[in-house]
Amino acid sequence: MSYLHEISEPVVEVQDLNMYYGAFKALDSVGMKIAKNRITALIGPSGCGKSTFIRGLNRMHETVPGARIEGKVLLDGEDVYAENVDPVRVRRKVGMVFQKPNPFPTMSIYDNVIAGIKLGRRHKKSELDEIVERTLNQAALWGEVKNKLKDSGMSLSGGQQQRLCIARTLAVEPEVILMDEPASALDPISTQKIEDAIQDLKKSYTVVIVTHNMQQASRVSDYTGFFFIEEMGAPGQLWEFGETERIFSNPKRKETEDYVTGRFG
Amino acid sequence: MSQLRRPMTGRFKRRRIMDRAMTFAAYACAALAIIPLTWIVIYVFVKGIGVWNARFFTQLPALFEAGGVRNGIFGTLEVVGLSAAIGVPVGVMAGIFLAEYGDNILGGTVRFTADTMTGVPSIVVGLFVYGVVVLNTGGAYSAFAGAVALAILMIPIITRTTEEMIRLVPNSIREASLALGVPRWKTILRVVLPTALSGIVTGVFLSVARVAGETAPLIMTIFGTYYAISKNIFDGPTTTLSLLIYKLGGAPNPEVVKVAWGASLLLILIVLGLSLLARLIFKGEGAKF
Ligand SMILES: Nc1ncnc2c1ncn2[C@@H]1O[C@H](COP(=O)(O)OP(=O)(O)OP(=O)(O)O)[C@@H](O)[C@H]1O
Ligand SMILES: [Mg+2]
Repeated sequence: MSYLHEISEPVVEVQDLNMYYGAFKALDSVGMKIAKNRITALIGPSGCGKSTFIRGLNRMHETVPGARIEGKVLLDGEDVYAENVDPVRVRRKVGMVFQKPNPFPTMSIYDNVIAGIKLGRRHKKSELDEIVERTLNQAALWGEVKNKLKDSGMSLSGGQQQRLCIARTLAVEPEVILMDEPASALDPISTQKIEDAIQDLKKSYTVVIVTHNMQQASRVSDYTGFFFIEEMGAPGQLWEFGETERIFSNPKRKETEDYVTGRFG
Repeated sequence: MSQLRRPMTGRFKRRRIMDRAMTFAAYACAALAIIPLTWIVIYVFVKGIGVWNARFFTQLPALFEAGGVRNGIFGTLEVVGLSAAIGVPVGVMAGIFLAEYGDNILGGTVRFTADTMTGVPSIVVGLFVYGVVVLNTGGAYSAFAGAVALAILMIPIITRTTEEMIRLVPNSIREASLALGVPRWKTILRVVLPTALSGIVTGVFLSVARVAGETAPLIMTIFGTYYAISKNIFDGPTTTLSLLIYKLGGAPNPEVVKVAWGASLLLILIVLGLSLLARLIFKGEGAKF
């Protein structure tokens, strides 16, 4: 089902998206608009294709051998799957934070943050210092690491590592930031810090966040998409999409209601 | 009475005896495995340490009295160093290829070839290089020809360890880099390789240690001379510690044979040193992910 009518000026517009792993169809004709400077939460039971979907937005899906895609993903009106579009450029505009914190093990905290920008134009040291401080601040990590920027990124706790990964993504200055259950491996306090950071990001970025945590979805997001599979082995679908408040208070479909009220999933 | 404590019945006793016996057997076999190495090292040390003096390190070999092995030391460094200069880049790059781009027929072929190459007797490699390099350069034995032979022995080992080490790098780290918009080749160079580096360097050291003692393929490529060695790496015979051991060890004069023991000790220490270094590097940096 397609929910293209609700948002007038989307940054990303997904049209009739089908995604495959080899012969297996993981997602079936998804249509969605993602609003600028808003937070869109994606929820749904395990295996319904949420991760697959967001990996389709920044062309990470195609790094999986045998993976295939049909349909359109328009970023500022331009199809990222059009011929002669460089996936590297797409990924610089659509950043991604993964479920498991994955800082680069050989790099210091400082180098982790600037890992993605070092390959573009040359930056002056002072410029890099500024970027590191700003993005670590945005990720609510600066205070904890400002005195040990030269330490390995691996020396941080899991929650700190995840915020480091957020800072690293911000440093590239993407338009859209995709987050795949960024807090699922973390304790409540780290989760809170990450949620706060996400709220702040909204001012300058568009955020899409996958979460299994209903409170988190209703707390942080403006729009919510519910993904669902009808039966084992069937492809996932976007079952319902809309403003978060409506999805949680007045869902149109029974499965959505069952899921958000915790009756299954 | 406790459920766990039971009277020592026959079955229980038998099980305990069996357990003890197996543990003992395992320890005994482990000890047996390290005896040859320890024995060799001690034996060579006792036999060889006596000739280690200034003359041993600075003189050329003599035929009728105890000389030195200066040319062998230099030749070993020269030939092994040269072979590493050829073999390490080729091996590491082949390993990168196999790990990152090798899931196809070409990769399978390279992998199979490398595995087969590790089993080819080194003397056959020597004969091959004799035919291909020595005979094609006007029959000239040279340090270069020797280095080619050793590189051929080294490359498959480096290739396979490099591939293994790169495959150990978690995919999540590759994905993190790709998702930042770092191109694939730069991801390999800046993120994957540094993460696998200590393992790759370990493989390199072990392969160098492995070829440092090679003798057979060198007879046919650098020839092995008693005397001053050629200054031109592309022309003129040279020698190594291993070849000097082979030649001096068979000399009729017992004073000369002692020099061969001294050279053996030096060679063993070089090889052990390289292996130890390899272990240290891996231990020191191994636990990165
Ligand atoms: N690399 C892969 N190769 C083959 N099939 C895959 C791969 N990744 C995911 N799938 C399949 O695609 C479907 C959707 O998976 P996906 O990971 O997108 O679900 P999800 O909604 O993110 O689940 P979760 O909430 O558990 O993270 C599943 O059936 C899964 O088995
Ligand atoms: Mg997922």
